[in-house]
Amino acid sequence: MLKDLFSKKKKYATIPSEQAKQDVPEGIMTKCPKCKKIMYTKELVKNLRVCISCGYHHPMSAPERIACLLDEGTFHEYDRHLLSKNPLDFPQYMEKIEEDREKTKLNEAVVTGEGTINGFPVVIAVMDSRFRMGSMGSVVGEKIARAIERAMEKSVPFIIFTASGGARMQEGVLSLMQMAKTSAALKLFSEQGGLIISVMTHPTTGGVSASFASLGDYNFAEPGALIGFAGRRVIEQTVREELPDDFQTAEFLLKHGQLDAVIPRHELKDKLTNVLDIHQSRGGDEWHTN
Amino acid sequence: MAYELEFEKPLVELRKKISELKEFTKHRDVDFSDELNKLEARLEKLENDIYANLSPWDRVQIARHPNRPTTLDYIDRLFTNFFECHGDRCFGDDEAIVGGIAKYHGLPVTVIGHQRGKDTKENIRRNFGMPHPEGYRKALRLMKQAEKFGRPIICFIDTKGAYPGKAAEERGQSEAIARNLFEMAGLTVPVVCIVIGEGGSGGALALGVGNYVHMLENSTYSVISPEGAAAILWKDASLAKKAAETMKITAKDLKQLGVIDEMIPEVRGGAHRNVDEQAKYIDDVLQRSLRELLPLNAEQLIAQRYEKYKKIGDFIESQQHVSVT
Repeated sequence: MLKDLFSKKKKYATIPSEQAKQDVPEGIMTKCPKCKKIMYTKELVKNLRVCISCGYHHPMSAPERIACLLDEGTFHEYDRHLLSKNPLDFPQYMEKIEEDREKTKLNEAVVTGEGTINGFPVVIAVMDSRFRMGSMGSVVGEKIARAIERAMEKSVPFIIFTASGGARMQEGVLSLMQMAKTSAALKLFSEQGGLIISVMTHPTTGGVSASFASLGDYNFAEPGALIGFAGRRVIEQTVREELPDDFQTAEFLLKHGQLDAVIPRHELKDKLTNVLDIHQSRGGDEWHTN
Repeated sequence: MAYELEFEKPLVELRKKISELKEFTKHRDVDFSDELNKLEARLEKLENDIYANLSPWDRVQIARHPNRPTTLDYIDRLFTNFFECHGDRCFGDDEAIVGGIAKYHGLPVTVIGHQRGKDTKENIRRNFGMPHPEGYRKALRLMKQAEKFGRPIICFIDTKGAYPGKAAEERGQSEAIARNLFEMAGLTVPVVCIVIGEGGSGGALALGVGNYVHMLENSTYSVISPEGAAAILWKDASLAKKAAETMKITAKDLKQLGVIDEMIPEVRGGAHRNVDEQAKYIDDVLQRSLRELLPLNAEQLIAQRYEKYKKIGDFIESQQHVSVT
């Protein structure tokens, strides 16, 4: 029969045996959510968590970020002792905080401290999306405000890496007010001539994007990072139209005037060093002889 | 040779003759070196004659030359550590204006300029160097940033004009230009502006309120393009040449009118003939200007800028009062 020429070979789904499952312990391999390629986690980490095949920027934890950006051994952490309370008696809130503390070994969703980048001293705050999706409650706001105050005392630049779903719902309006607190701290710092650099990483949304993340003298972002105020689904339901594919990506924001530059992770240290260098130098003596 | 200009035709013909003769002697056993020397001497003289007596219209052609060096060409040659900053933080990133931070002989500066494209594709992306309001707002954002960090500002002017389009009007082209004039007048840091190509009207002036304004020898700066002027004055855009001759748009004329501070000489035949050399000419003047301005404080800089513009204008203070009553 003619149709036999086109016969299809049947494919059956295979179920891995229990033993095969144990062959590859969890965490050894990572699947890229963009290109679906599976690679060794070790290799991925070595490549600063940038997908080896498609360049997708996987989220980085705060300690990883600090390790790859600051000069070795220069980081000194601030305010590890601040812990969240449960102002609204929100059910399960404390348990969840406890869980994330356990999982991440961090006291909250932001790590702050000081160190140097290629020799340039900075105060740095790095948010960690593994901790309650990097959401901002009282502790995050306080830690960031205190870090800005330290930058002010020391007259060194302030760099913030954002990664956050927004304000922390469980702390209600107190979270909202952290936007005002951090922005006010930045205003004082800026008036004093302080340099503010914001690097938005995936994802930076809601109250965080609507406060310190957008207030840099330089606003940078990592490629492909989701950045926006309201969530995509909320907007789609409100305006009842489909949004473009690249809506709220770093590249979209660059095109719409919100970013100074989109900087791939591998170039970040050099680019930041250049900006810090230009801001620190006064030019040689030949410019200031008069 | 591509892109030879109308007034260069005699030169092109002579050059062609010389190269033909050279080719000819290569293959034959005859000596034309005498003739060649004569011809080359004639070429030299002709070049001198033509380039020393360029009419305003000729200069318009040079200013519009497709290979004329652009802002980024000069940024490459005059600055180090250039880092381009994008966006007005409001609406978009206008690629008709480029700007960023850099070092100039070690001195941190902010540099901004109109940017034309080098080919059709780039020209479409950069809208032929004709900015929308977001371009001017980006420029102003960068100037304010320079002010915060005490960096001198260098502006390169090279545009046919602000883009006359629907979207530009909707977003407030006039307001954007006006705001820049207003804010630039009050900047507390030194501002040096250099017209490197066409200085087209308000679109050029919006980057052009400086302590010093210099102009390349073959660039133009005017309230309207010669074509536009001819269309308005004589209802005939083809009279552009005549308009160019009457409107005083060359560096020499503008120096006399006190609109610019210094005319920066160009390499013979125009900046496009040797960009490296041209950058050196600019470098000399720019260094001198910055050295003069750096010792001034904020108040002095603002006063100097105001005095400069206050002086521009031509009128009579007559004894009699002209009144309609």
